[in-house]
Amino acid sequence: MSQKQEEENPAEETGEEKQDTQEKEGLLPERAEEAKLKAKYPSLGQKPGGSDFLMKRLQKGVWGIVSYPLSLDVLLCVDEIEGDYNMAKAKMKNKQLPSAGPDKNLVTGDHIPTPQDLPQRKSSLVTSKLAGGQVE
Amino acid sequence: GRVKEMNTYAWPTVFGGAGGESERTRADIISTVEFNYSGDLLATGDKGGRVVIFQREQENKSRPHSRGEYNVYSTFQSHEPEFDYLKSLEIEEKINKIRWLPQQNAAHFLLSTNDKTIKLWKISERDKRAEGYNLKDEDGRLRDPFRITALRVPILKPMDLMVEASPRRIFANAHTYHINSISVNSDHETYLSADDLRINLWHLEITDRSFNIVDIKPANMEELTEVITAAEFHPHQCNVFVYSSSKGTIRLCDMRSSALCDRHSKFFEEPEDPSSRSFFSEIISSISDVKFSHSGRYMMTRDYLSVKVWDLNMESRPVETHQVHEYLRSKLCSLYENDCIFDKFECCWNGSDSAIMTGSYNNFFRMFDRDTRRDVTLEASRESSKPRASLKPRKVCTGGKRKKDEISVDSLDFNKKILHTAWHPADNVIAVAATNNLYIFQDKIN
Repeated sequence: MSQKQEEENPAEETGEEKQDTQEKEGLLPERAEEAKLKAKYPSLGQKPGGSDFLMKRLQKGVWGIVSYPLSLDVLLCVDEIEGDYNMAKAKMKNKQLPSAGPDKNLVTGDHIPTPQDLPQRKSSLVTSKLAGGQVE
Repeated sequence: GRVKEMNTYAWPTVFGGAGGESERTRADIISTVEFNYSGDLLATGDKGGRVVIFQREQENKSRPHSRGEYNVYSTFQSHEPEFDYLKSLEIEEKINKIRWLPQQNAAHFLLSTNDKTIKLWKISERDKRAEGYNLKDEDGRLRDPFRITALRVPILKPMDLMVEASPRRIFANAHTYHINSISVNSDHETYLSADDLRINLWHLEITDRSFNIVDIKPANMEELTEVITAAEFHPHQCNVFVYSSSKGTIRLCDMRSSALCDRHSKFFEEPEDPSSRSFFSEIISSISDVKFSHSGRYMMTRDYLSVKVWDLNMESRPVETHQVHEYLRSKLCSLYENDCIFDKFECCWNGSDSAIMTGSYNNFFRMFDRDTRRDVTLEASRESSKPRASLKPRKVCTGGKRKKDEISVDSLDFNKKILHTAWHPADNVIAVAATNNLYIFQDKIN
């Protein structure tokens, strides 16, 4: 008798569990996906809408991975820094008077590198393929 | 016109590179598509900062079956890559949005924007050239004044049509964050630009000043809970605009109420069932596009899985919800991992507001007829686009048994996303951007 009960009980439990999972997946596929994600990344926070998450988005402009390792402090005081930076740029402009002599007279070290001296990224000179006309 | 039969779209015109993955350069990826007010011009912007404008052929009466095809009209480099030295970040030249101005004279004007700078472009035609100048030769060299013995009147001679694009205004340095929207006001004098946290109002003639009309930046950035995702002016009421958020809400603002429209006039939000909330809920509720209907009575919002139509008179919930690809709900984990869950799909109305269209994955796009409540899935691909045959409706199979011609969810190509679509303002002509290819479909003659 007891043996029969034991045999019955495991089957019952499995039946219930199965129904539970099916219910979960049927009614809340999102929850099942969430469980999957948390299993893969246990350190994932409770909800993604936190300020850290959003601030990363502001930095990059689109959702996605931030490509430049800027510290958060720099990002937060950007407005103040921008003012100072413009002041410094204005000062530098005043310093750099058009030189009368040839460039080779400049001693290395006297020349203050400016953003304009940095190699420029090549611009898109190639015409878009859309402008190549109809394909078919 | 009304959408009589939604699966009668055919006659594809395809533009763009024909090659496989290897030929496609990043710069060729189309990032925006927009018809002008008459629908005769169609503008596209791409990741390389270029704009290509197509023009519809005048329908030829002697060839009644000629469908008014679109051909390349003009192309120019709108934006160049820049470098923000303060933040050590490159400013992408990618064109985020193009918006046409209503036509007032022979020239055409459009606004194009990247992440930071908006530009007003004038596109004009030149088909005549003056010849017979007195003071200079035909090749432009100045003539010796002492050699001139007679005067002549220069005459205008026809020349091959030349379409010139010139930048007329540059609206810069007004956005700390990335511009996601621009919208021309119905007054035809002002326009708004929106970034993640702020919305600015500009006058088309004035480039050195803009008014800030919305600012949701918190005093302490740690308190940031949502960002602005899209904004648009009302098509008729020049004092009204809406903006959507990453939390799935829409705020309607009236500029007459105050200078700074931080307090909304109307707040649209669909109530959420708290028991169904998950980690993904907020992400998939983020609105990627908001568009007023032509009538101005409704607005449509696109979130990750659906398109919702709202009646401006009812803030409590949308009047219609259309499922775009509900089968993706059970794939959210992998869509989060590959970042697809953050894709920003746009949506559009047809001219009569009787139908709406939006894109999906696998180069599929969806159309919903609001009157008949029918919807269809179509595909923009070279294989499925035979010149005279109608586009065949597609079906995604979610269950176990896959029927012939159905495609299973696991076979969908998530790299083939249709984020940008546009509908002609009057006719049944649609433009669909599939990565680096532009498809223009027309309704079959019935």
